[in-house]
Amino acid sequence: MRLGDTVRFTRPPGLEAWAAVGGKKEADGPLAVGFDLLFTDNRLGEETWEQAESTLQRHCVELVLQKAGLGAAQVDLALGGDLQSQCTATAYTFRSLDIPFAGVYGACSTMAETLGLAACLTAGGAAGRALAMTSSHFCAAERQFRTPLNYGGKRTPTAQWTATGAGACLVTAQAGPGQVQLTAAAFGRVRDLSVRDGTNMGGAMAPAAAETLCRFFADNRCRPADYDGVYTGDLGVVGSELLAQLLTAEGIDLADRHRDCGLLLYDRETQQTGAGGSGAGCAASVLTAHILPALKAGRMRRVLLVCTGALMSTTTLLQGESIPAVAHLVELTAPES
Amino acid sequence: MHYLWAFLVGGTLCVAGQLLIDLTNLTPARVLVLYVTSGVLLSAVGLYGPLAELAGAGATVPLTGFGHLLAQGVKRAVDEQGLLGALTGGGAACAAGVAASLLTGVAASLLTKSHDQN
Amino acid sequence: MKPDKEQYARLLKQACPRSPLLRDCLWAFFVGGGICLLGEGIRTAWLAAGHTLSDAGALTSATLIVISGVLTGLGWYQKLASKAGAGTLVPITGFANAVVSPAIEFRCEGLVTGVGARMFSIAGPVLVYGLLASAVWGVIWWLIRPWLL
Repeated sequence: MRLGDTVRFTRPPGLEAWAAVGGKKEADGPLAVGFDLLFTDNRLGEETWEQAESTLQRHCVELVLQKAGLGAAQVDLALGGDLQSQCTATAYTFRSLDIPFAGVYGACSTMAETLGLAACLTAGGAAGRALAMTSSHFCAAERQFRTPLNYGGKRTPTAQWTATGAGACLVTAQAGPGQVQLTAAAFGRVRDLSVRDGTNMGGAMAPAAAETLCRFFADNRCRPADYDGVYTGDLGVVGSELLAQLLTAEGIDLADRHRDCGLLLYDRETQQTGAGGSGAGCAASVLTAHILPALKAGRMRRVLLVCTGALMSTTTLLQGESIPAVAHLVELTAPES
Repeated sequence: MHYLWAFLVGGTLCVAGQLLIDLTNLTPARVLVLYVTSGVLLSAVGLYGPLAELAGAGATVPLTGFGHLLAQGVKRAVDEQGLLGALTGGGAACAAGVAASLLTGVAASLLTKSHDQN
Repeated sequence: MKPDKEQYARLLKQACPRSPLLRDCLWAFFVGGGICLLGEGIRTAWLAAGHTLSDAGALTSATLIVISGVLTGLGWYQKLASKAGAGTLVPITGFANAVVSPAIEFRCEGLVTGVGARMFSIAGPVLVYGLLASAVWGVIWWLIRPWLL
């Protein structure tokens, strides 16, 4: 059922299983206990950082299949993406996994984007069971978007820390008993308020998050207080502050409902992650290590996950272009008791 | 005394760079380009020479000193070779530094791997 | 009301934490000054070893470059730089770090297409504009020299 930009499922798809895999800093962070697998060496025994990210993903997919008690043959479709140019981390992962694969690029919004797409496709009958996943790797992102790892540079106070992590969810056509339900999804519109600073992603992405949330609350005639949590992907300190201001201007009070995955994944002070965590793997791992277990256990009833993505490249930034951003949303509801 | 001046002048040149980074939109790469060209300019108008006399490494180690080195080299080469010196002087003056960096770089690339910052 | 670009730029400016100026400057001053002090020590040693003033200068640069290269290879230079900022950027050791770090990083993309092609991807502009400025100065000096001598 379509309500404005929102797709509300009359028979909601279910989340059959999920898995979270993280790296070293994630292992030292406050959410470590929720992860299924943590690596203390971010190389994961590989030669390159790019291979390490693919290996991270492969472990994540294997774990989610294992947790669901399924083989690759029982998954009809995999939707996944990452931050590496041409989405290579995910493509290389699926060399060794025999599942039909459609690559999705939404930068850091990929987790909500693939979940939303998987829900629509399964609910519509295009797939019985779909895998939604994404990842990011600090070192692979750093060498592609910033500078070599051994280069001596001081981070600006607005800079965020790319998470080394992967998250994967198995989505089935209809939520069974005991399964977390994906009750609604909304795909965002691209917003750009002329932020050109590549070290201030939160600031660039906040307007997109505000846009998607405003439309969602209006379309569904609901408000933040109806949810146990409104989780943004990786706005960090700066973006979170701006989101609150933008929504207040629209008459929406997020109050104590807002939480940011980038601020949950690390202890910002002791782990020195600047303005907070970021990267596609940030929202993905917080969702699978923290949010979904809480829904499953009934500690939360209903949450919104809004993942924001900055859709520029290093080339467009150097050419003086500003940063377009998008925010995709999914509404997750605890299992029916 | 030389040591004190080296420390003070070198430190001050670095603080100036830090202020440019923190207070303006200049990225570190642009600050470095600004420093090296400023060094050439200051040397050309005759200001950097006396500073280098006073502060020694405090003036020659920062990148402005690299510009000073280039400007001095070009000036000397023009004195000796005429206009051709404008082309040869700079390269000759910075050859030691560039070659040392290059050799160290190649050696390090063969011997080490990039380090995770996590 | 949705803010326009100018209004948002103002909001953004207010929301952004500022750099801790005093702390940044103290780090830059002491680390940068310290590297220069080390340079002065090395220069004095090369002079004492009987080298001419200009040779000692070149040898000092080369020594600092090798030290920086070793620290970069060990992954220590960037640890210091994450605090020291311009204190490790402005000295010649920062130039060496900018050459050595891409050489290490892009080794896995080949000796020619990785190390060779990308070694000067960060430090290149310094050489380009330094040499350009010096060549311009050379031409100017060539033009004004007859009038001064």
